[in-house]
Amino acid sequence: MTPSTDAGGSLERSPGAVPILELKGVSKRFGAVQALHEVNFDVREGEVTALVGDNGAGKSVTIKCIAGIYPIDDGEIRFEGKPVTISGPKDSSALGIEIVYQDLALADNLDVVQNMYLGREEITPLHALDETRMEQRCSETLASLSVTTIRSVRQTVAGLSGGQRQSIAVAKAVMWNSRVVILDEPTAALGVAQTRQVLDLVRRLADNGLAVMLVSHNLHDIFEVADRITVLRLGQDVARFNTKETTQRDVVEAITAGTLSVVPGQEEAHA
Amino acid sequence: MSTVAAPPPAPAAAAPTATIGAYAKRWAENVRGGELGSLPIIVGLIVIAVVFQVQNDKFLTAGNFVNLMVQGAAFALVAMGIVFVLLLGEIDLSVGYVSGVAGVITALLLLPDGSQVATPIAIIAALGSGVIIGTLHGVIITKVGIPSFVVTLAGLLAWNGVVLLLIGTRGTVVLQDNFVIGFANDFVPAGTAWVLMLLAVVAYAGVQIWGLRKRAAAGLSNDPLLIVALRIAALLLVLAFVVWVVNEDRGLPYVAVLVGVLLVFWTYVLRRTRFGRHVYAVGGNAEAARRAGINVDRIRIACFAICSLMAAVGGIVLASRLRSVDTNAGGGSILLYSIAAAVIGGTSLFGGRGHIKAALLGALVIASIDNGLGLLGLSSGTKFVVTGLVLLLAVAVDSISRRGREQSGRA
Repeated sequence: MTPSTDAGGSLERSPGAVPILELKGVSKRFGAVQALHEVNFDVREGEVTALVGDNGAGKSVTIKCIAGIYPIDDGEIRFEGKPVTISGPKDSSALGIEIVYQDLALADNLDVVQNMYLGREEITPLHALDETRMEQRCSETLASLSVTTIRSVRQTVAGLSGGQRQSIAVAKAVMWNSRVVILDEPTAALGVAQTRQVLDLVRRLADNGLAVMLVSHNLHDIFEVADRITVLRLGQDVARFNTKETTQRDVVEAITAGTLSVVPGQEEAHA
Repeated sequence: MSTVAAPPPAPAAAAPTATIGAYAKRWAENVRGGELGSLPIIVGLIVIAVVFQVQNDKFLTAGNFVNLMVQGAAFALVAMGIVFVLLLGEIDLSVGYVSGVAGVITALLLLPDGSQVATPIAIIAALGSGVIIGTLHGVIITKVGIPSFVVTLAGLLAWNGVVLLLIGTRGTVVLQDNFVIGFANDFVPAGTAWVLMLLAVVAYAGVQIWGLRKRAAAGLSNDPLLIVALRIAALLLVLAFVVWVVNEDRGLPYVAVLVGVLLVFWTYVLRRTRFGRHVYAVGGNAEAARRAGINVDRIRIACFAICSLMAAVGGIVLASRLRSVDTNAGGGSILLYSIAAAVIGGTSLFGGRGHIKAALLGALVIASIDNGLGLLGLSSGTKFVVTGLVLLLAVAVDSISRRGREQSGRA
């Protein structure tokens, strides 16, 4: 990460006023395919912001641009109001952005503590793993997120239900002083009760002051937890809503027929 | 696993020390769920001991027990290295001839032809060659992207060639260094063996009690005291029995001490260090490991280096037992018996599951079968058929317990 403004810039930060993470006119092109076209999007602390759209709308590309997996072609990404260059997953996690991908990236043969600390294990002065401390902190983190359905943190992840696994992946993401958590389809593979668990957890994250970005297909879930909704269609942001002031019908309309500023395949803009 | 298990009313207020009943229940649950641990192998060892004792009453004698230790030691040592690559879900087919190369290097460097070197230097050179060979395998596998099966198969041929080239026209090189020969042919004095045994038990008890106190201080749940006490008592009984039996005969072979020390060392590396944790992670889900910032290639290369290093240790021990090396060094059954030992001991071929102690338990089974069938005067043909069937059985147990895990949602 290399902040491109001088470090002596304005330091005042009124929470909520400046979005913690902001995409301004971000474009991404793969050869002839315009995957993202001047997308504007922002995430605020203490809020759940949903990014919705049909398949191929550019949701995953947006996540990967924020993660630094794809470099952006145009536009800028701002963190706390300052433009930043994210050129790899290390940069995004250094900023405090954590992404929970759909496949969760948990090692089934390891237990909950081992998974949550994977790659960041704490060691004693003798270079042995500090299991006691890790187990203690894991339990604390899970308790603070009210994840109570896990019988033992020494259970292997393989034995957990889908909802529990999702909870562990989220807890793993927020344990490291992260400020923005991006969840990719967190409820896609879950049953009703487990979806409930995960949505409650998502809400608690925002209530704890984190900025949560929720990427999902499922409008029902989104209307339950999201504060604001941004709709992507064919790589463009076509609408944004406050959840309280809109209906699922309006959102569906935007997803399927939102007004595009540029029609793909055509040179000039259409109204 | 239930999907939405009702949360226990007050998890934080639960007693920090689980009850014996709960412990037994959890264990039974794990076994039913396919987490068999060392259970099949211990059952297997008992069956083997009974069958052979019935057939030939020399099987369970002190003298034969010492033979068995010396015969199984090389397999156990090589198998410890194999465990590392199996944990990654990889394989190393070259360990046989890598052990041969190390044995030949040791013997040649110690050959009193005017240019011999000091014993430690010869051993370090042999072990170093193992590390270099393993690193080479690992680099080719990770950086060029060739499957380990192919790379180490090429290694099997190439290192066999190197053994032949090193031996040249000599045919057989007789090992003429008393220290190296002593590994497999000298015995710890009876009194010293008892002292070593007591030290091992005291150290184990110390670690256990220290761990209990540390967890209790941190307010974490502990295994019941009785279970911990039983574990310590079990180790004391087993080790005391072993020392008592071997002292009835020639005594404890030095190589058994070497196996014990390396067993503890590699167990520590695998279970208690960051490196070991990352080995399990790479074997369980390489993509998750990569995303967690683990250098997956470096872990792979290190495991292949450890594998070849342990093959070299095994090669030196084998040379010591035979008191010579010849053009067959590293050939024969060493490769297949070592891999079989790791697998029979309970290391999963699918990666991510297994312990170093699997190498020891598996080697014990393999050496018992080999030794027992030998006592019955059966040909090596029969030995290989029986060993093959046992290996198949062990892999079948692995696969079936894996299915058990899948059905109980643990795979």
